[in-house]
Amino acid sequence: MSILVDKSTKVVTQGITGATGQFHTRACKEYGTQMVAGVTPGKGGTDFDGIPIFDTVEQARAATGCNASVIYVPPPFAADAIMEAADAGLDLAICITDGIPILDMVAVKQYLRRRKTRLVGPNCPGVITPGQCKIGIMPGYIHKPGPIGVVSRSGTLTYEAVHQLTQLGIGQSTCVGIGGDPVNGTSFIDVLQLFNADPATGGVVLIGEIGGSAEEEAAEYIRRDMKKPVAAFIAGQTAPKGKRMGHAGAIIAGGKGTAADKIDALRSAGARMAPSPAELGTTMRDALARK
Amino acid sequence: MNIHEYQAKEILRRYGVATLRAVVASSPEEAEAAAKQLGGDGPWVVKAQIHAGGRGKGGGVKLVKTPAEAREFAAKILGKPLVTHQTGPAGRIVRKVLVEEGCKIARELYLGLVLDRATSCVTVIASAEGGVEIEEVAARSPEKILREAVDPAVGMQAFQARKLGAALGIPAGSLGKLAKFAVALYQAVVGTDASLVEINPLVLTESGDLVALDAKMGFDDNGLFRHPDVRALRDPNEEDPREVQAQEFDLSYIGLDGNIGCMVNGAGLAMATMDIVKLAGGEPANFLDVGGGASEEKVAAALRIILADQHVRAVFINIFGGIMRCDVLASGVVAAAKQVELRVPVVVRMEGTNVEQGRKILADSGLNIINAADMADGARKAVAAAQGQAS
Repeated sequence: MSILVDKSTKVVTQGITGATGQFHTRACKEYGTQMVAGVTPGKGGTDFDGIPIFDTVEQARAATGCNASVIYVPPPFAADAIMEAADAGLDLAICITDGIPILDMVAVKQYLRRRKTRLVGPNCPGVITPGQCKIGIMPGYIHKPGPIGVVSRSGTLTYEAVHQLTQLGIGQSTCVGIGGDPVNGTSFIDVLQLFNADPATGGVVLIGEIGGSAEEEAAEYIRRDMKKPVAAFIAGQTAPKGKRMGHAGAIIAGGKGTAADKIDALRSAGARMAPSPAELGTTMRDALARK
Repeated sequence: MNIHEYQAKEILRRYGVATLRAVVASSPEEAEAAAKQLGGDGPWVVKAQIHAGGRGKGGGVKLVKTPAEAREFAAKILGKPLVTHQTGPAGRIVRKVLVEEGCKIARELYLGLVLDRATSCVTVIASAEGGVEIEEVAARSPEKILREAVDPAVGMQAFQARKLGAALGIPAGSLGKLAKFAVALYQAVVGTDASLVEINPLVLTESGDLVALDAKMGFDDNGLFRHPDVRALRDPNEEDPREVQAQEFDLSYIGLDGNIGCMVNGAGLAMATMDIVKLAGGEPANFLDVGGGASEEKVAAALRIILADQHVRAVFINIFGGIMRCDVLASGVVAAAKQVELRVPVVVRMEGTNVEQGRKILADSGLNIINAADMADGARKAVAAAQGQAS
């Protein structure tokens, strides 16, 4: 078992003819993911590496039975692409695109409330169930199948965590990048709930960062309902106030969203805090041993 | 991106938000002429234009009774740094002043629009306590802050403003004016991809009108591509020159006060790298994210920007190459070393795609590079190097 994606997931790439879309579609296919379709308006009827390309997601779904989408469409058109995936009735839309205007995401979020599609991202590395299905831009080879769920707002810091786990011989059930934007589709709590219910997941690494209150909300869920050990880290303990640290959502605004507040909330909820980003793996190992 | 008060008011006026008549001036003579142009008997208010709050307390705002007095005050502050609690001790150079007509103030309120991340909606924030920082009010008496979430499907509605106005004790006769003001403010936010607009204070005049006495606007950088007119309002004088230079190369850079320069790929890992430098007993000189698929040129530019900071005593390069290949990173470092002298030790921690090739490129370069086994080792070595100790 795993969450969100597995061997049976059939993926359509939206924005398959761009350089990023091509590079990662190929890498995901090589990993073993069922990359069954691509969409680029105006390029329908052609193919990429034998993957058929369609003009619309609806056509792609009808022809291939795809149930998940990965979106590499440039920022000005990405909101439209997400809504198209939802309109086509896919189960999952994973948006990698970085730089989507916040107000576009406010509208998307509203649109999704009335539809069944789960959005992961935007501005995220994607989702991987090691050994089964990789959707996104993460390097596949650092992962290893196993019992740990990983959920994170960051890309490369997630790779760091996964690498540390794998080095320790601890594999992962599913790794989910929820993205670094202030308005996103899937929250920490959504993913924690899925991990909680997944028999293959024995513990969770949660990686947060400054800005917003998603980690505090996750802490409340952990305190109340989490049945599995959680190891956590918050990036940005040394970040200055009022400065956006790369990610659109990583900003301490009005004294809110500091790393200290988030660390306190998670620790008091029972999560084991990694004292440094070099100890993400060992903190998870220790949390598992203590269980 | 932030803009000046006078620029914010120009935008807001276009959307029908009530402001006072005002003229911007760059010299004492222009300030005097501005007061004359506005006419009337005065008084006028002369306000320093810098991107920081606390201008009043810092001595950057003055009520003047004659045009000559406007000139004198402008002469006193123009071209000089203004220090407020938000500028840091160096202050900001005042390059323009706004000369504004006076008004008879009955009450000072607060009205702001921000994105509420928890509900993913633009939210109106209002308070009866205008003229003080909203964070202060929030900390001291949170019950005095009123909120109203705007449904993105229909936008700000007049009744929402009337509700807020009634709760704030605004006279019934002025509620319609508040509604017009707030709806226009929301339209300005949506029309310009603003991430924040703050009217503090929002003034209820003795005649029952509502006007924006001050105005602050910030914009979503990701939305600026559709507003070239707003993007043109960027004032590089108000930004860290290193950050401006980094933007030219599409690098995300934030200058800090420490002496260990950091180059990292990915925002989360970049923040974590700063954290681990601090844990190792050092102070980061900057946040720098070279991005996912950085080229050799970008890496070279990043290293040049880091080294341009004279406080930097060591550089810590921490790359987890997923998309980014370690050989490309190494070539970039070698290329940069040809353009600028590596005047300080450089510690490199690389992991990921083509890491062996990358290490070989660095080893063959003859450069003084200190290799690190992992993040913690890299941070320790960078701190030791910055302190002038052999590692």
